[in-house]
Amino acid sequence: MKFSDEFETRFSEMVGHYPTKRSVLVPTLLYAQDEVGFLSDEVIQEIAGRLQLTVLDVRNVISYYSLLTTKPRGKYNVQVCTNIACMLRGGEELFTHCKKRLGIGHKGTTPDGMFTLEEVECIGACSWAPAVQVNYDFHENLTPEKMDKVLENYKKKGTQ
Amino acid sequence: MADLVSHPDEIRVVSKRFGKGATNIDRYLELDGYKAVQKALGMEPDAIINEVKNSNLRGRGGAGFSTGMKWSFVPKQSAKPKYVLCNGDESEPGTCKDRLIFEHDPHSVIEGVMIAALAVGSQTGYIYIRGEYRYLSITMQKAIKDAYARGFLGKNIFGSGKDLEIYWHGGAGAYEVGEESALMESLEGKRGIPRIRPPFPAVVGLWGGPTVINNAETLASVPHIMLGGAEWYSNLGPPKNGGTRLFCLAGNLAKPGVYELPMGYNLKKMIYEVGGGIPNGHSLKAVVPGGSSTPVLLPNEIDVAMDFDSLMKAGSMLGSGGVVVLDDSNCIVKFALRTMKFYQHESCGWCIPCREGTDWLKKTLTRFHAGGGVKKDIDNIQYLSENMLGRTFCPLGDAAAMPTIAFVKKFRKEFEDHLEGRPCPFEKEGAVQELPVLTH
Repeated sequence: MKFSDEFETRFSEMVGHYPTKRSVLVPTLLYAQDEVGFLSDEVIQEIAGRLQLTVLDVRNVISYYSLLTTKPRGKYNVQVCTNIACMLRGGEELFTHCKKRLGIGHKGTTPDGMFTLEEVECIGACSWAPAVQVNYDFHENLTPEKMDKVLENYKKKGTQ
Repeated sequence: MADLVSHPDEIRVVSKRFGKGATNIDRYLELDGYKAVQKALGMEPDAIINEVKNSNLRGRGGAGFSTGMKWSFVPKQSAKPKYVLCNGDESEPGTCKDRLIFEHDPHSVIEGVMIAALAVGSQTGYIYIRGEYRYLSITMQKAIKDAYARGFLGKNIFGSGKDLEIYWHGGAGAYEVGEESALMESLEGKRGIPRIRPPFPAVVGLWGGPTVINNAETLASVPHIMLGGAEWYSNLGPPKNGGTRLFCLAGNLAKPGVYELPMGYNLKKMIYEVGGGIPNGHSLKAVVPGGSSTPVLLPNEIDVAMDFDSLMKAGSMLGSGGVVVLDDSNCIVKFALRTMKFYQHESCGWCIPCREGTDWLKKTLTRFHAGGGVKKDIDNIQYLSENMLGRTFCPLGDAAAMPTIAFVKKFRKEFEDHLEGRPCPFEKEGAVQELPVLTH
């Protein structure tokens, strides 16, 4: 199992920040997932080994956090917020629009592996609702038309 | 990058440096940065605590507890290291203020953590930022690195002979982790399950050491108090509610946005003047005044001062400053259902009243909204909610129950209008569709 140099530098730096090794677990899992795409058995084994934890212990933590996934996802994870502030400004319509547009449902992935769609809870963009996060990028004050442009741009970026 | 707004009634304290390039450490220094911590270095710890106590600064995360008082609970002597933990896991629906602080003024949070550390005699601070805010964790990591490079952090800070380390930490998606004891569990690399209290974190916190946990906005307010003085800060708001607050105006408003207004600002004015009123010819139906966990207010209840005590008197809470406005085109049953779906999804499952209660309430409200409700369901929703109150390790159970009780109490007729197969009167097509169910 090999991670990038950037990952390794960050990992060894972070381990020094805490009195116990396992404290780095949650952010480390997220960074590992960003590199590999999901938390594969191999990744889990590797991180468990480094932190002297059991695989079960690591899986137990993974299952708690909604950003962490053990299943492969598309290149771009389209996370549509439908929580109250977004709902009041068309978040549900936006989610329905994305479902139709991408031809997939909640947690589905397009056959070309480009997009995964997810209905998510509050992402902290309430005053700029409705909002969507694609991977880590925020897109705010959206309409179905603006959403189409956002998706088109990612598709272009992804096929380059 | 979130858009900034402004209004003449704003008093800019925490947002003073927004849009002024203060992520750059030189710019931050030009704008009075790191002066407050240098002042604090010349003060006795008790004097710092007293200053913060006298400023009447109260926790901006939602509970509204006196910050100075919280600091004073940390024992002076401790065999184990003491810690300061900044809570930047902002995730209460309706709240998006800490995001702006991290985005525009990350050094103010670092400086706040430093002053808190000096006040309680800690040498280590952590700034926890929710996993979704990746771009902000990058901003924060750079700010911390710059502060180290200048000798503001690390060994012998500002040549004072004192050592202080501050680190960044990241989450990975969990509302529950915003609760202080779950936050510590998460930082220790575990599931965010709350701890039973007492002992409180001030005595037994991170790795068993005394720990001060404050919201990011609370800590970002501290440097301003140190420079402007407790009296000035306290006088910005009504008695016992010092300072200003970042109010996140959201929902059916003409000008939503994050505005910094003095504590005690009138809610009606906030909606109609600052927020620009209700657009598209609609009228006001309800306001959730302080994030999704606070009880809803009716249009005839909004002539109220937005401070902790006044809202408590009005039967609600100031909470986290998320003001969510609903116009008359919205169905309250649907709104209550969406709120409950959130809490059901986020309940960590540790305490049975919360785990089972939120699930049962979600199922009942789903059926109810779809027209399958019977009259006794209404009382049952109330009964279930009341039985969750105060029966859980952490306040998530209360946060789910309190708004639900208020929805039923204040909109009983609307609940009755959904009974026994009647379609939801607010659904556009006249046909009720089951809302998508979130599964994880």
